[in-house]
Amino acid sequence: MALATLMVHQAEYPGFGICWNMFDALSDKLKKVLKDLRGEGRLTAEHLDLALREIRIALLEADVNFKVVKDFIERVRSKAVGQEVMQQLSPGQQVVKIVYDEMVEMLGGTSSRLIFTSRRPNSVMIVGLQGSGKTTSTGKLSMWLQKNQDRNPLLLSVDVYRPAARDQLAVIGKAIGMPVFEGQGINDPIELCRAARLHCEQVGFDTLMIDTAGRLHIDDALMDELQRIKQEMQPVETLFVADAMTGQDAVKSAKEFHDRIGTTGVILTKMDGDARGGAALSVKEVTGQPIKFVGVGEKYDALEPFYPERIVSRILGMGDVLSLIEKVQSEVDEKKALELQEKMERNAFTLEDYRDQLSQVKKLGSLDSILSMLPGDMFKGMPKLTPEMTAQMEVELKRTEAIINSMTSTEREDHLIINPSRRRRIAMGSGTKINDVNKLLKQYAEMKIVMKQMMEGEGMMGGLRGKVARKLTGIGSKRKKVKKKKRR
Amino acid sequence: MSNRFMGLFWKRKSGSDFISLGLNTEPEPGQPEQFAEQPVKALESEPVKAAEPVLPVVVAPSQPVETIAETVPEVRAADEPNFMARFRKAVTATRENLSSRLEDAVKGRKTIDAETLNDLEEALIGADIGVQTTFEIIEDVRRQVDRQSLKDADELKGIIKRHLLDILEKAEKSRGIASETSVADDVRPYVLMVVGVNGAGKTTTIGKLAQRIKADGYDVLICAADTFRAAASDQLAIWAERAGVPLIQQKQGTDPAAVLFDSLKAAKARNSDVLIVDTAGRLHNKANLMAELEKMRRVAGREVAGAPHETLLVIDAVTGQNGLSQAREFMKVADVTGLVLTKLDGTAKGGIAVAIAKELALPIRYCGIGEKADDLVVFDPATYVDGLFA
Repeated sequence: MALATLMVHQAEYPGFGICWNMFDALSDKLKKVLKDLRGEGRLTAEHLDLALREIRIALLEADVNFKVVKDFIERVRSKAVGQEVMQQLSPGQQVVKIVYDEMVEMLGGTSSRLIFTSRRPNSVMIVGLQGSGKTTSTGKLSMWLQKNQDRNPLLLSVDVYRPAARDQLAVIGKAIGMPVFEGQGINDPIELCRAARLHCEQVGFDTLMIDTAGRLHIDDALMDELQRIKQEMQPVETLFVADAMTGQDAVKSAKEFHDRIGTTGVILTKMDGDARGGAALSVKEVTGQPIKFVGVGEKYDALEPFYPERIVSRILGMGDVLSLIEKVQSEVDEKKALELQEKMERNAFTLEDYRDQLSQVKKLGSLDSILSMLPGDMFKGMPKLTPEMTAQMEVELKRTEAIINSMTSTEREDHLIINPSRRRRIAMGSGTKINDVNKLLKQYAEMKIVMKQMMEGEGMMGGLRGKVARKLTGIGSKRKKVKKKKRR
Repeated sequence: MSNRFMGLFWKRKSGSDFISLGLNTEPEPGQPEQFAEQPVKALESEPVKAAEPVLPVVVAPSQPVETIAETVPEVRAADEPNFMARFRKAVTATRENLSSRLEDAVKGRKTIDAETLNDLEEALIGADIGVQTTFEIIEDVRRQVDRQSLKDADELKGIIKRHLLDILEKAEKSRGIASETSVADDVRPYVLMVVGVNGAGKTTTIGKLAQRIKADGYDVLICAADTFRAAASDQLAIWAERAGVPLIQQKQGTDPAAVLFDSLKAAKARNSDVLIVDTAGRLHNKANLMAELEKMRRVAGREVAGAPHETLLVIDAVTGQNGLSQAREFMKVADVTGLVLTKLDGTAKGGIAVAIAKELALPIRYCGIGEKADDLVVFDPATYVDGLFA
């Protein structure tokens, strides 16, 4: 619902569409290459060569390790050759489907839940290279475990090397309201672990989160130290933190850590950047361990369970519609949504509701991040949005909110009473121009019309999820698409 | 002390080998005394402090000045011959990556066939040099083979080496070293800003840089403008203390531009030679954080003409193709003048820097090769490429 608002709202701005710089490459290229290959019943070797060449380049550019790419391409080839092309698909689409399925399978359908035992405390070890995001992830994961798995964690940093590393965890612990074991005066990782474990037993923490020092996988002494910590603590999970921006070297570090320490899972960090994240595929392939979580922002709740479909879409360029839908669902207050739905049906959508919608949109994150989750060809042919443009849109959103805030509640209930003198007052109150107020009112009136049409056109079948999905994917009435074009 | 300012620290003196942080010059007689008279007292008599509404915390080096005077010349004398070797050693580890793979590609073959080229392609891509750059190199090799000007498989290595060196040297020439050409020697403070994505190694690099520049006899001040990450300024404070360099910091969450403003004032008041500015790690696709960087640049330029005189982008050697995107965005917003390639002591050798040098003509200025304070060396293209193929 919030999205519908967002989209209608955006329609006011030139270049309404999607900022799609990162993922369009492959699908576009494939379309070009495979355009001429229609109307054949079977995938021939020739189809495959053309398609797989492009896929290979796309994967390499997404930083999937070249050896992994090689094996992967061969697997796809042997699966695909001679396969019948499904009726609804072109040969190109068929190849993409095979690639997609194969990749999803490769990344595995595992659950993100950590497996705990009845022992107290259970330890979780966080390991990885310097700067991959271990300490931040430790904080995020502790919060996640408390919220989703009812754990009661104690945080411990055994990074006695990097300056202020332990302070960093202490500050994070404070920020998220989690206890951190200080262990003042202890400067040996193993001693720290023992002391913290004792503390857990005495105080009753059931989980000990051990944040280890960043180290190079070729640093023998430090890798040894990890082994000793693991030996001592017998952690239930040893999670390897991998930076999504890592290149070809990802296989080496991941393999070395796994071979020497025995990792049980992976946290993929910095996925809020624009890296394609091919490292995920490499790491999974060489360690065989599941990717459990994905770090998607600097805030401490920016940790999400891993869904293979999404990252495959990202690597291949199919957008991330699923992620978006789920995000919309979790953030939008269900009750409010229902109320709103009712109001929309009665065509009683007030400016007050509009403001609520805007704040819902804001809760989803920056426009940039919302837009980057939509698939590339959704608004095909429309100009791409630059970061500056989305920033501009965000400014507009803020202004709109300010204007509505400056209205009286009667005005919000019934916009028709807003006469010129009221407009002047509202403009003054919100620090905007009368023009802006006029624009907003016009936009609001138009939005009401669109909503009415939506209600009549489709009813409320399928509830929120179906609605948003249909709206997003453009499945549904063709009428709407036509209208969008007219609007521009 | 003034005669030591003949050239600024970053300049490559002609004829010197690639380490040129003044390490080749003999310590002048009586220099320790000169160090000793560098007064820490200046801290107390700083006029700015009184004027500021929010007092910046100036952390004075707690190390007694005398010990610095003793240790610094020693470090310079002892380590100078080792840098080249250590850099080479760090880079050479890539041989497992690149050189030996090239070796495998040409071994036992007299002629160059499609398979050789394939192997070659994989070797280059495997070093993160990037699909585009790799294809271009391979294409050139293919042409030469077709023209039969390249017959022997052994020549391949030489050709690829020359390609890489060309790219790196061209980048250095086309952009030039900003400070050599455009910044007068008497600019003070010389403002050096360090930017990059999260976890690239900015803070560590600054700690090392401060130590090197100070060891060259310059008066350095550090600005801890990473007010976002937990305990970032504490981390920097420890580095500053080790290097015996004062640091301006404020509490977490302060506007970084405000910290920078205070630091610039302080640097001017103290007549510091160099101000090194640490910034918070930021992903290059976050418009608001990039805007914050822009603001910091504006503040710097307003306080000191032409500042920041140099902006270094720190890139982790393990970074893949996203490095290009990082460099592109940071250049757009922060007018980056050079790269620092960190964590070269791992197995990754920062091939992405070659791709960046090629596409954006950005020279690599320094390399991080370890966790100790003196593990930062000036980058030299020839040594780097030689190292890859040694």
